[in-house]
This record gives sequence, C-alpha cells and structure tokens, in this order.
Amino acid sequence: MYDISNYFEARSVEDAIRLLQEHEDAEIISGGTDVLVKLRSGKGAGETLVSIHEIPELHGVDRLLDGTLVLGPATCFTDLTNDPIIQECIPYLGEAVDTVGGPQIRNMGTIGGNVCNGATSADSAATMQTLNAIVVLQGPDGTREVPVTEFYTGPGRTVREHAEVCIAFLIRPEDYQGFTGCYMKYGKRASMEIATLGCCVRVKLSEDKKTIEEARIGYGVAAPTPIRCRNTEALLAGKSVDDPQIYDLIGEHVLEEVNPRSSWRASKEFRMQLISELAKRALKEAIARGKDGGKDA
Amino acid sequence: METVGKSFKRVDAWGKVTGEAKYTNDLMPKDCLQAKVVRSTIANGLVKSIDISEAEKVPGVVKILTCFDVPDLQFPTAGHPWSVEAAHQDVPDRKLLNARVRQWGDEIAAIVAVDNVAAERAARLVKVEYEEYEPIVTVEQALAPGATPLHPDIRKDNIFVHSSMKTSPDFNYDEAKKKAIEKYGEENLIEICDTYRTPRISHCHIELCTSWAYVDTNGKVTVVASTQIPHIMRRVISQALGWPVGKVRVIKPYIGGGFGNKQDVLDEPLNAWLSIQCGGRPVCLELSREECIAMTRTRHAAKGVLRALATKDGKLLAREGFIYTNKGAYASHGHAVTAGMATNFKDIFHEEYGCQSDAFSVYTTSAVAGAMRAYGVPQAAFLADALADDICYKGGFDPLKFRMDNCVPPGFVASNGITYYSYSLKECMKRGAEHIHWDEKRKEYANQTGPVRRGVGMSIFMYKVGVHPISLETSSARMILNQDGSIQVELSATEIGQGADTVFSQMASETTGITMDRVFIISTQDTDVAPFDTGAYASRQSFVTGKAVKKCALELRARILDYASYMLGRPAEELMIYQNNICEKIHTGDGAPAPDTADREKNAAEKLKEKLALGGAYIDNTRNDGSKGESEIYKDFLDGNIKEYDIHDLPNGEASILRDTGVEKDVKPGKVLLSMEELAMNAFYSLDRSEHITAEVTSHCKENTFASGCCFVDLEVDMPLGKVKINNIVNVHDSGTLLNPQLAEAQVHGGMAMGLGYGLTEELLYNDKGMPLNDNLLDFKIPTAMDVPELNVEFIQMDDPMGPYGNKALGEPPAIPVAPAIRNAILHATGVSMKEIPMTQQKLVAAFKEAGLI
Repeated sequence: MYDISNYFEARSVEDAIRLLQEHEDAEIISGGTDVLVKLRSGKGAGETLVSIHEIPELHGVDRLLDGTLVLGPATCFTDLTNDPIIQECIPYLGEAVDTVGGPQIRNMGTIGGNVCNGATSADSAATMQTLNAIVVLQGPDGTREVPVTEFYTGPGRTVREHAEVCIAFLIRPEDYQGFTGCYMKYGKRASMEIATLGCCVRVKLSEDKKTIEEARIGYGVAAPTPIRCRNTEALLAGKSVDDPQIYDLIGEHVLEEVNPRSSWRASKEFRMQLISELAKRALKEAIARGKDGGKDA
Repeated sequence: METVGKSFKRVDAWGKVTGEAKYTNDLMPKDCLQAKVVRSTIANGLVKSIDISEAEKVPGVVKILTCFDVPDLQFPTAGHPWSVEAAHQDVPDRKLLNARVRQWGDEIAAIVAVDNVAAERAARLVKVEYEEYEPIVTVEQALAPGATPLHPDIRKDNIFVHSSMKTSPDFNYDEAKKKAIEKYGEENLIEICDTYRTPRISHCHIELCTSWAYVDTNGKVTVVASTQIPHIMRRVISQALGWPVGKVRVIKPYIGGGFGNKQDVLDEPLNAWLSIQCGGRPVCLELSREECIAMTRTRHAAKGVLRALATKDGKLLAREGFIYTNKGAYASHGHAVTAGMATNFKDIFHEEYGCQSDAFSVYTTSAVAGAMRAYGVPQAAFLADALADDICYKGGFDPLKFRMDNCVPPGFVASNGITYYSYSLKECMKRGAEHIHWDEKRKEYANQTGPVRRGVGMSIFMYKVGVHPISLETSSARMILNQDGSIQVELSATEIGQGADTVFSQMASETTGITMDRVFIISTQDTDVAPFDTGAYASRQSFVTGKAVKKCALELRARILDYASYMLGRPAEELMIYQNNICEKIHTGDGAPAPDTADREKNAAEKLKEKLALGGAYIDNTRNDGSKGESEIYKDFLDGNIKEYDIHDLPNGEASILRDTGVEKDVKPGKVLLSMEELAMNAFYSLDRSEHITAEVTSHCKENTFASGCCFVDLEVDMPLGKVKINNIVNVHDSGTLLNPQLAEAQVHGGMAMGLGYGLTEELLYNDKGMPLNDNLLDFKIPTAMDVPELNVEFIQMDDPMGPYGNKALGEPPAIPVAPAIRNAILHATGVSMKEIPMTQQKLVAAFKEAGLI
C-alpha cells in the first residue's frame, strides 16, 4: 500500500487546477512511474494526489494547419513512439522515449511527467531541447507558453507553479522540418536504465546534402539541467558534411559548454569522455540519415 | 536408464507459468499484521536510548519492540548443519535486535501494525539516541591499528579467522623462488606480483525475503518462510528464542529464488518472536528490495595479494595468495566461504614447487557476507585465472596451452580426501576451444588497431559436490504407495527453482519402475512432517539427496516385490517392476547372481582408497595474536600432498560398479503378472494381509567428487565508450551424467547471466559514512534480457562413480567462469590487464586512457 491521504481523478484541466489550489500538499500524478517510486521511498508520504490521467484532451499527438506539432503531456512513451505523426516528423523523439526503462514503464510513463519532473536525465530532454519545444502551462490565471530551454531552474526544479498543469508541448515547423537527428542514450546496461548521458544531435543539410546548414546539440546529464550547446552548433553551421574535422570540432567544443558533476554513478571525467564521443557518433548518424534522403524530414 | 537422463518437463512448470503455484505471501491469512524493522542511520555505534512515544500514537500500531526488549540470547545464522563438536559450531554473534550497531541499517527495533502504511509511519517517528563511532567499511580500515573491534566478546580485533594452507608443510614461495633460480636461472623465469579485487554483490532473487508467523493452537510457533533450509531454520529459531525445537515449526512453500541468501536464517526468528509478543497473532515480515540488497547477505568482496612464478616456456612453478574478504557486520557463514576460496585458488592449478594460500575473514561495518552461488569459488576463479592470464601475457604463452599444462591434474585428491573421480576438465577445455575457434581467433585478433577491438579469453574451475567431509551430509526420504499404484515422494532438500522436484521425481521413477506421471513429489516442506534434510545449497541435492531417493526407492521396490511375491506365490527374485507392472524377470546375462549392492559399493570404495593413499593435512592457523583460535574448525579445509592417479588406471569396470542405479543389469521384463494398482488395492484392503506400503530412509553421504568446467568468450571492446559486446560465449561443464539435459542447460543459462553481471556491472557501493548507495534494482546493475547474449552450453558427460546416477554438481558452477573469461578476453583484445571486477565502463575507459589507447 502507498501512503497517500487523498486521491482525486480530475475530469478536466480546470478541475485539476481547482484541486491543486485546494490542496497545498497535492502533487500531480499521471503515469505514476516517478511519483509512486518517490512515495514508496517515504518522500512525500501522506500527500494528496491529483490525477490528470483521465483528461482526454491531454492525450495524443496533433499537427496544426501551420505544421506546429502538439504533444499531449499525458501521452505515454509507447504511444508517442508509435504515433504516425511522430514517426513522420520527429522519429528521433520517438526513439529517445523508447529507451526509457522497460516496456511496462513505457506503457505508463508520460512525456509530460518526463519533462515536468525537471530531471536532467530524462530521455526526452536532450531532444526536446533541440526541438525548442514550448511548454504550455495552464493555471488559475490563465495560460502561458515557456520555451523548454527556459523551463528548468535547477535539478528537479522548473518554472511550473504548484497549481499549474502542463497542457501541451508545441513544436514549431521551423524547428523540425528539414532536420534529421539521432538520440544516443548511454547507460550501464541496455534497458531498465537511467541515462548516464543522453545526447541528441540534429542537422539540417543543404539541398545537395553537402553542407550542414544548421546543427543542434542537446544533452541530458551534461549539466544540472538539460542543455543546448549553441556555440558548437554555430561552429558547425556551413561546414561540409564530408569534412572529417567536424567530428573533432564537435567533440572538442561541446566540452566547453557542459558542466557535468561527479557522483558515485559516474565521474565527471568519464562523463566528459562520453559527452565528446557521443556527440561525434550522433553527428555522424544524423548526417548519415540526412544523406539517406532524410526520411524523417 | 529409462527416466533419468531424459528432458522431462518440470513437474512445477504449469503451476509456475500460470501463476497458480503458491509462494509464501500468497498463503498469508487475511488478518495478518505487518511488521517493519527500524534500522540504524549510523554504521557504527551504540544505541543509547529509543523514544517510541510518538510512534506509538500512530493509528493502527499494535506493538513496538526495541533492542532493549529482546531475549539476551546470541545465535548463529548460517545455513550449516549443526555440529555436535562445539569447536565446529557456527559463531553466535547477534541477537534478535541489537543495541550495538555494526552496519548502516542494523536492526534496532520493530513495529507491528495493522498494515504497512501504519508501520512505516511509526518507523519514521521512532527517535534514537546513539553513541557514534567511525564507520569501518573496508578491510583496510578494519585492519588499521586502533580500529574499533566490532565483536569484542568474540574476537579481540576484526580478524574473524586467518587460515593458512600449503600444498606441502615445508612450502614457502620465496624458498621456491630461490630453488627455481638455481634450477632454471633467473633469466628464464617470469614472475607476476599484483593485487586483484572482486566486488561485494547481492543475490537479487526476485522473490523478496519474507515470512509470516503465528502461534498455533498446539502452542507451536509456526513460521511460513521463503527459505532454502527449512530444517536448519527451525533449529536456529529455537536457539534464538530459547524454545525447544519441537515447539518450532517451519513451512517452506515454493520460493522465487535464493542463490544462497536464503541459505541463511534472516529475519525469521525475529518474525517468530514478534508474533509471540503479539499473543500469537499472525505477523508478516517482508523486507523491501533495498533491505534485501544491503541488509540481508552478500557475496564476499575479496582482495587477493598474489604472486606467481613460471618458466619462460610456460611451466608454472609456484604461487602464493593472501586473500582478504570483507565479512561485513556479522559472522553468518563464518570463515567457510573465505577458506573455500583460498582452497580453490590453491587447487585449481598445479605447480612444480607448490602454493601457499592464506585466507583472512575480516569484520567490517557493512553488509553481512554469507553464502552466494558457488561459495567463494567465483572469487577464487577470478583471482587464479586473472593471475594465470597475466603470466601468459607477460610470457607470451597461449592461455589454453598454459592451462592444459598446469591445471589440476587427473586423479587429483585433496588432503581431506575429496577425489576428482570422473575427470573431464581437459575435455571441457578442448570442447570450448573448438566451439570458440580458439586458435584461429587468437591469430586473427593479434595486432589490432583502432578504437574497437576483439579478443578471446577463457577461464576454468573445479567445484566439489556438497560439503562432505568438511561438514555433515545427511538426507532422508519417504515414499508412500497410493491405492492406484502412484506414489508420493517426500524430501526436505528443497525446490528453489533449480528443478530439484523434477529430477528427484525422475530418480524415484527410474528406480521404482513407476512411471513419471504416477510420481507425485511433495514440494512444500513442513518440518513437522517432512523427513530431515539440511536443505538446498552446495550443489548437493541431486548428489546427496539423490542417494536418499535411490535408497528409499530401492526399499519401496523391495516391499512392493515382497507383497507381489505373496500375491503371486512366486519368489520376489523372479519378479521385477517395469512401467507400473509386476513382470517376470528374464535374465539376459550369464545368469550368475549379482553381488549385493552394498557389498559391491563397499569393496570398490576400499579398493579405491587403497589406490589413492590419501595424504595428511598441514595446519597453521595461528591468529595474529599468536593464539591457536580456529585451527581446529578449519583443519578440514586444509590440503596436503597432491597424489596423482588416473581413474582410467583402475581395473576395467571398477569405477562403474561403485554405483548402482537400482536398475539391474542383464535383465529385461517378461510377461506382465500384476498391475501396480491391483497390488496396491490388495495391500491396502486385503482381509488376509493388509499393509500400507511405504519406505523411509536416511542416507548419510560420506562420498564426494569434483565437478569442473570452463568458459570461452569472444568479445568486442568499444574503447572510447568502455563498452563490451559479447559476440560468442560458451560454458562447457563436466557435471557427470545429466539427469535432465534441458533443465541442466537452463541452469547454466542462469549462471552465465549472473557471471556477466559479476564481471561487468554489479557492485554494492558505500559512501564514507558507511551508507549503502545503490541498494535498488535500478542502481545495482544486474543484466537485463537485453544485455544477455545468446548463451551456448555444452557438456562432457562422464559417469561419476560417486553420484547416485553418475551425476555430480551443476547448481552453482555455471556462475563461476564467465567473469574471468571476459576479463581475459579484454586483455587479449586490448592488452589491458584489469585487476578488478566489475569491469565497469568507467573503469575500462580510465584503464584505456592510462594505456594511451584512447
């Protein structure tokens, strides 16, 4: 049995906001793959849970007329990976969340929880950074949009207020159209794993597939929050895809933009090695996919 | 053989696959109270006081008891048979709850409540005042001058036992080296001196450690527990409570894995006591995963300070090992695991001058080390095989040839008399090398460049079967004939997932002549009714308990034939049982009567003993304070001179007559005279001679032998990422005759997966306060299905004369050779000699950087 004092199943976003306002100790639950683990460990024991799991409009993926993608935060990882829009437009996000835990966890855990937890190790984080995803929050005072690159305020902390509910992630067409990408998760084993490091590299190649027009590099676990490496991105822009030096370039320059910490899980030195090596490999794969006709563009 | 040796489906397969099989917590009564242990939040110190006033106010709390309430009785926990000799008994060094805190999470109080939420709420409100001492997490800290002795009533320092073993009394490594220099010249010698380490790991059985207890209407405290050792647990609970054994009853249903963790008595005595304190109400004490990983038992971390000397043409001259193990906070299995480790390190190779192997078991303030699959031998194999390959690498020897030339020889006899009868180690190596294409791959992978490199490596092991003569090996069996001609088989060597129920059923069928579909094994052990056996450990069941099954089946068969003789009016000698029928026995041989089985076994054993001329033991167990201490206890582990003989030198057929499966030779069934069902109905209900046909025996096993095997691995190392990919791996086992080939292969698969984790990812970590860091299945990295490659298994089947059906150990051995084989393959691939496991990605990357490879 879990130690909770109340459990509310919200019928709508407004209902959820009201319940959160009424219960100061309340926490939002959707898939429960993080909340219940925390409760079991005794943290937050006795608190109130407000479930947003049964709110229909928070599920699924949509494409607006202008090409903007709308990701429902309560969409579970499995559904996200298998969604036709995701597969067509941003398959690397589907691949990224397909590395979370194991099949059972992916059937329960949601993209909203993955982002709103504020964990730097979230498997969607690096990719969402490179997509410039916009977090749409609805609270008692209305709705606001926060770029995911400004969403995190520290480890496990975000700008979301207690009574705010994440109602969507928006991905603009200019942030995905023409790009190919690759997410590389590094763990100590092949599944049931939290990333030791996560790296997403995405490129937009010129029409003749010979030049990198734009590159985007995102990391999880390379700093206290998910990050972008914008300086290295700028250095890559305009480079030839066949220039062998681009790999040394990315491998060296990302190191100046990251700030991993040493813990018993992995040393800083080891993480730096991974940051450099994974960037090279992810860039290579992103370019290969781009040359391959960019089936995901 | 008719039944033994065939791949029968597990007798518990349907129940376990459908979920119908009942495990401990499935049987819990509805009104069962839930207990929660309150654990220390320091690693070393003394509980001064405990304030439970706030905790008691939590609604639903029934009882709170602390270390100041428990009986003043210390008890041992090891799953060893009781020893009638006081000096050999396990060390009683803990109470039900302890005020002297010796590890982070030590058990200092317990809460009983109506549910786990109330119990956990109360546990968080218990206030404890400590006197705190420095944590002593490592062996080095425990041995440092001035370190607090953790058990001053038992040992004046933290060395639990130091034992020393030598291949001969006068062996000394430095002396041997001098002789070698004289004989071969210094320039013709190679020496390796280095320190190697293996980690502390958790068993990670899927079913948690759990039990529930109540006091029955007859006044017996009854404990239903997930255990490998119901009869031993009953005795230990009796010791812990100060209750007579007859007032304690243990029931063991199906269990979801144990791997040695449940070859120890854990919180079951506490559980029994909590129920008694609650007026006999049922109380469940289920540990969490975190508690199971860090606060039950672990595999000993070992440090080996090793030396080895060889000639430049690959002849091993001398070795020396000083092996230190981290025992953790309590004695558990005592020095047995460490001593076994040192013995095995010494025995697996054979040197011109000899080997000295010293073992130190050291108390520390960390998780208790106890039994874990293969009992010290995985550590010994890593130490011995890493050392061997380092010599090979330095000397440029082929590791396969080096082992063929220097491994334990055929006919090896340990000083305690354990003899390697059915020797197949070299055959195993040959088969493994063929499988992996050793010669081609060694050449192909030479002189590689680039960031990804491939290598092949190997490792060997030997493993004794059961614990005779170090400890008692006894087993009992009972068989009962039903009215329909089927039988129940009752044993106490428990099914723990290894398939014991299935192979015991096959043995019973083989020897009685009653077919498998009519053999019903009783899987649940209830110590009030189940015949005595010490339990599931030491890879002993099919060998030791197998003998009891065979003996019991022979006795049941004799009684059935005696009744058939009465019914048919013919002498029993003319009858036999074949496929549930009493048949005429037709002799196909020369017609000479076979000698009595017991006489044949005895005569042959005597002949063997004469031939072997067993050597004596050398003992030097002096503790560092000069006292003799434990020498008596461990003398049985110590080896003496190695005498060589080859089983193939024995007169033709001598080995095989040592063993009788109960299937008579040179006979075949003739005309069917009577069905078993007709016979049974008559025996039950005859107005002339009513008889319930049953048999019950004890088999005191005084035999042993060695099993062996090897692992070969072909792998790829992605150096910049520190990732190891297994491309091909094979375990080859010498386990005598296989009882059930499919089950045997499955057993090896599981062991190999454990070996992979041991070699690459598993390690229980502590911070400097002595707090466990990764006590959960996310951070303690056992391999997942995605990490385990295709596992290949091969067997060399040589009939062992000591096994009841030619069989010998296979339960634990599969876990032994994988880690060192991986280690040696990485050495081959990269030239980097890893001195410790697990070879985590981070450690590999650091090593490759140091070597300038990345």
